[in-house]
Amino acid sequence: MTRFSSPSQKQSAQESARDLSLPNGTPVETSSPASSSSLLNRLQLDDDLDGETRDLFVTVEDPKKHVSTMETYITYKVATKTTRVEFDLPEYSVRRRYQDFDWLRTKLEDTQPTHLIPPLPEKFVMKGVVDRFSEEFVETRRKALDKFMKRVADHPVLSFNEHFNAFLSAKDLDKRRGLALLSKMGESVKYVTGGYKLRSRPVEFSAMGDYLDMFTQKLGTIDRIAQRIIKEQSEYQVELREYGPVYTTWALSEAELQEPLEGVASCVANCSNALDELTQDMSEDFLPVLREYVLYIDSMKIVLKKRDNIQAEYETKLEAAAFRKEERASAT
Amino acid sequence: MMADSGPKEVAVIGNTDLTSAELDNNIKNTMVEIEKGTSLLRKMEISVAEAEKRTGKNTVNMQELYTVYLIETRPVDALTEGITPDSLWRRYSEFELLRNYLLVTYPFVVVAPLPEKRAEIVWHKLSADNMDPEFVERRRVGLENFLHRVASHPVLCNDNIFYIFLTEQDKDWKEMVYETGFQAKADSRLKAVNAAFRVKNPDGRFTELKHYSDDLQTVLSQLLRVRARVADRLYGVYKVHGNYGRVFSEWSAIEKEMGDGLQSAGHHMDAYAASVDDILEEEEHYADQLKEYLFYTDALRAVCRKHELTQFELEMVALDLACKKQQKEELVTGTVRTFSLKGMTSKLFGQETAEQREAKLQVLEHQLKEGEEAVKEKNTESDEFVKTAWVDIERFKDQKDRDLKEALISYAVMQISMCKKGIQVWTNAKECFNKM
Repeated sequence: MTRFSSPSQKQSAQESARDLSLPNGTPVETSSPASSSSLLNRLQLDDDLDGETRDLFVTVEDPKKHVSTMETYITYKVATKTTRVEFDLPEYSVRRRYQDFDWLRTKLEDTQPTHLIPPLPEKFVMKGVVDRFSEEFVETRRKALDKFMKRVADHPVLSFNEHFNAFLSAKDLDKRRGLALLSKMGESVKYVTGGYKLRSRPVEFSAMGDYLDMFTQKLGTIDRIAQRIIKEQSEYQVELREYGPVYTTWALSEAELQEPLEGVASCVANCSNALDELTQDMSEDFLPVLREYVLYIDSMKIVLKKRDNIQAEYETKLEAAAFRKEERASAT
Repeated sequence: MMADSGPKEVAVIGNTDLTSAELDNNIKNTMVEIEKGTSLLRKMEISVAEAEKRTGKNTVNMQELYTVYLIETRPVDALTEGITPDSLWRRYSEFELLRNYLLVTYPFVVVAPLPEKRAEIVWHKLSADNMDPEFVERRRVGLENFLHRVASHPVLCNDNIFYIFLTEQDKDWKEMVYETGFQAKADSRLKAVNAAFRVKNPDGRFTELKHYSDDLQTVLSQLLRVRARVADRLYGVYKVHGNYGRVFSEWSAIEKEMGDGLQSAGHHMDAYAASVDDILEEEEHYADQLKEYLFYTDALRAVCRKHELTQFELEMVALDLACKKQQKEELVTGTVRTFSLKGMTSKLFGQETAEQREAKLQVLEHQLKEGEEAVKEKNTESDEFVKTAWVDIERFKDQKDRDLKEALISYAVMQISMCKKGIQVWTNAKECFNKM
């Protein structure tokens, strides 16, 4: 029985060896498994990709702020080391911004529709709420982009994708972004119409779809709750920081009570520090994992939609063929 | 348990002898009593057992809703176990009257404060409504505490008015209090402020005490305010965790293997969120203990003010005496050292006759004698006051240190218990997650 292993709690920033056991982009089998949750369970990291067989190493590092006349944005250094013949040089170092990663992902989705593409960190952040240029935010994003690149690089199929190659090696990406956007729109239109034409969806895919919807919803709620808790804890922290020192002030005018009062003050300070650690751990370890799953589920849903689409096309063609057969039969 | 008639005598249960309730005698008795260690509280169980709402007409003849408190008393005696206590009802304003009477009659005593009239420093869950049952309950406890403080005070416990307050429903207690004429004895606020400014040589200890009271008041007010805010925020943190309970429950419905684990974990989250109500109730008790000492600072300042007043009066009388002495000297020696109306008039209208001078001298002598008497009296008064006040202040300081140390310890114990409960909940939840 395959077991789903959870990510480790502590992760240092410079970790290159992944001890994260999250599903990577292993292909989704279209023959249905017994239950939707066991499907998820079966997506497991293949641990036999160890150092000796890897010939492509990618890291995302060194975020820098880039100021131009029109906008300000962050670029990341994408460093590649490889022995593969598909690459002209053994080493590359290019600067990419988030838009570029987004382009890459879209391209991968388009060209490898049957594969589950790893998720990117969230694209949009509310300008008033989150500081896009704060160290914390940039670092969190960098980590997520690094994970993304590593997953693609380790994928036996995706890593050989020509767009991936271009992303790693080209000086300037010829993205033709506009086209990519259009094609994506066109496809989503296709998905919608495809849905309407479906005669019946196999039970297991319906169930999976329903499950995924609910699951996303629950994860989203949990994410919101966790964020709210962090917020409440921060506000609690603010008050605690003011609370402790009052005891110290009081201790100054007392004789017998001085020691106990200072004792209370230092206890409050300890609680305050512990709370700090807790809040930090929640932000750094818990929330990102939740978010990754939400994004993964989004990917899965797209794959399911594509499957629906293919079924729709198939059914349409079947109908058309049957119709022509009839025509021919009636003509003769 | 009937008190003897007459406002000046006190009937007692038990064997303690008491002379009349004259102030001087009381002071003497206090000195003796402290050594004996007796107090009313040892002889009598006092409690504020209940609170009830009544309607009645107030002073402007309008219907109003007020709360009355049941005071129960019973002698502490093996023989009286099981006998129903005597009881009577009093409202908050009567407690106030009692306290004002005590303040005026025993100005050298740091008189215990009453609980809040209106709920002031509260955190959001507690309402600021005087009719709110939780507020009434806390006030009931505060009133009982006040009575215990007074009954265990070596001086105050012997006061007859206090005794009747506790035991006699029939007598018109209010009338009795007014009849003592205490209101006339009360120092006007203006007088006190004036003295505070102009006094030249107050006892340094009282000045220090005044500063201490001010500091304590400031710091305790701040502490209570911040604590209320901390409580508010803590409430928020706990309650939001309750949302986890709901979402885990919903999530468990769509899961197969993880369902049970999620469900159990959800229950633990609900328990966690619910636990904060009890925690904060307990903390209110700590806040009340701090509040009592916050209000005590007023009593401390009152004693300091009284000292300044008596000292000031002494200084005034002494100054007056010095003035008169100088006048006499001038009259006797015929010299006018300072500019005075006398000097001017004598320059303008000529010296006075010998008879006139003699007459004046007589008057002055008389005044001088009176003045010296006054100074002696005031001196004694001031000394007595300083002595007795300082005894009570030392008593108060010891009480404060003991009480607050205890309060801090039980606060710490509370916090430890809260953290332990938290650890328990999360350990349980973790087990649920591990089993999933």
